[in-house]
Amino acid sequence: MLLYSLKRIGLALVIIFFAMLVLFSLIHLIPGDPVSIALGPRATAEIQAKYAERMGLNDPFIVQYLKFMWNALQGDLGSDVFTDRPVTQTVLSQMKFTVILAVAGLGWAALLGIPLGCLSAVQRNSFLDKFAGVLSVGTIAIPSFVVSIWALLFFAVMFKLFPVIGAGKSGDLLDQIWHLILPAFAIGLGWVGYLARIVRASMLEVMGENYIRAAKAYGLPNSVVVYRYALKVAILPTVTLLGVGMGNLLSGAVFAEIIFARPGVGKLIVDMVMTRNFPVVQGAVLLTSMLYVFMVTMTDLLAASLDPRVRKSI
Amino acid sequence: MGTNRSFSKRFPRFSRLLRDPLGATGLILVVAFVLSAVFAPILTPHSPSQIAIQHMFEGPSSTYLLGTDQLGRDTLTRLLYGGRVALQVAAIAVSIGLLVGLLLGMIAGYGPRWLDNTLMLAFDTINSFPAIMLALAIITLTGPSLEMVIVVIIINSIPSYGRITRTQTLGIKHNEFILAERAMGAGTLRVLFRHVMPNVVGPLLILAAMNVPVVVTIEAGLSFLGLGVRPPTPSWGSMLSDGRQIIRSTPWPVIAGGIPLILTTLGFTFLGEALRDIFDPRLRKSR
Repeated sequence: MLLYSLKRIGLALVIIFFAMLVLFSLIHLIPGDPVSIALGPRATAEIQAKYAERMGLNDPFIVQYLKFMWNALQGDLGSDVFTDRPVTQTVLSQMKFTVILAVAGLGWAALLGIPLGCLSAVQRNSFLDKFAGVLSVGTIAIPSFVVSIWALLFFAVMFKLFPVIGAGKSGDLLDQIWHLILPAFAIGLGWVGYLARIVRASMLEVMGENYIRAAKAYGLPNSVVVYRYALKVAILPTVTLLGVGMGNLLSGAVFAEIIFARPGVGKLIVDMVMTRNFPVVQGAVLLTSMLYVFMVTMTDLLAASLDPRVRKSI
Repeated sequence: MGTNRSFSKRFPRFSRLLRDPLGATGLILVVAFVLSAVFAPILTPHSPSQIAIQHMFEGPSSTYLLGTDQLGRDTLTRLLYGGRVALQVAAIAVSIGLLVGLLLGMIAGYGPRWLDNTLMLAFDTINSFPAIMLALAIITLTGPSLEMVIVVIIINSIPSYGRITRTQTLGIKHNEFILAERAMGAGTLRVLFRHVMPNVVGPLLILAAMNVPVVVTIEAGLSFLGLGVRPPTPSWGSMLSDGRQIIRSTPWPVIAGGIPLILTTLGFTFLGEALRDIFDPRLRKSR
């Protein structure tokens, strides 16, 4: 387990290192002069010269890269082109909103999807199973931003059940939860179906195992066999999926944040793309990716600690 | 009855697809999507960008079947032309992504260990960015355009094609027919393109069908954020975005903009699922 953990964490660090390299090189990879790319066509020569000086774009590539990495290791991801505010601070102040949204989205999806998959497997080929099957494929296929807009239209604009925009008053927890419901519903919906399918497939596989047949043969009640013995093993593949799910929902959160006008990293990035504030975009994308890689690594480690077979796979 | 039977005998897999309700629905939706996009100019008498302020925000009528938008443009026409954009992006991005992924995957699976490791690391790195995030970073620098959307989607989809190809290639690399071919002096290129490729391409085509909804969604998503197609070219995403601005006064643009998007993604997903069940039942479990 220790060897596996070290290898897995090492791989994560290497991936983050390369992700940083890619993000850093991006401005040099795009054909054209980095300064005019970063500032856009409207900047004057004077502004361009100042920017190049401030961002150290006159140094050779390798010097710039080492500086970037050195600063990044100390938590300094550069500063905002316009306000000079540190990027790390700006992004982290928005990150909590996005994480809360993603966790809420994934949370309700897991709470509904896992039992649904379980029931489908137990009552295989029943009406519920078939209904859940079609529903799963359907919800997986529907883009989350369409769900977001339609949820906004039906539940907020037409029936006024939920607030239309914002994240709620700070300090007022109930109000914040109230504002969280629609966006979390919208980004989590696809994952209800996805998780249900995975749990169902894995459950069906486990139910065919010998030790389940043995448990049944001993006359244990069906509910004990299903929930105490089978589900415990069948849930394992979903653990790894939850990490991937976080990354997926961080993407989905971009749209939910725009549509519901919530603060968050996604909204920050899109606003900064519009003003071509590359350092902030770069920092925000980097921190989001790091969070994603961290989540995937953590869930992999968790899966390995629960299931020894996983450890051999690396 | 007689003709029906010979049909299912001659095309057993196709007739299985038609008998599967989800598969048949998927096929119908996909065919409808492709036909409506290709024949959009014939299907509608209007132009997608013709502004008619005197007709703005009109409800459905015999002239404007789905009403008009904030500039008096015909909504149905814009949806049909938006389908052209989606189809174009899907066709280009999926085929290039598939070809590059196929090539890199075969190289990774068949080539030396270090090359395999390097390519896998590259795939992992691309996958470490949530899809939309990488697109946003690149588009900040290049400025919004449909070409960049296609490039970003291709970069994003190469790893999934590459991985499947690599696994398949590794699986057949040491099979006897490959060893025999090599013993008879066949070069690497001949082995890869004559013998490995035909054996790995099947699952890739299924993956491609499943990938179309993702591609269409990313294009619509970026256009929704104002980072894809430029106005006045219609895209389902930008129509949704326009509709959201006026959501309090009229719900129709937002509803109309979402429906073709959902039908298309559903169609390709149903079709992909059905194809996977027919051609490769083993893949069923791995998802």
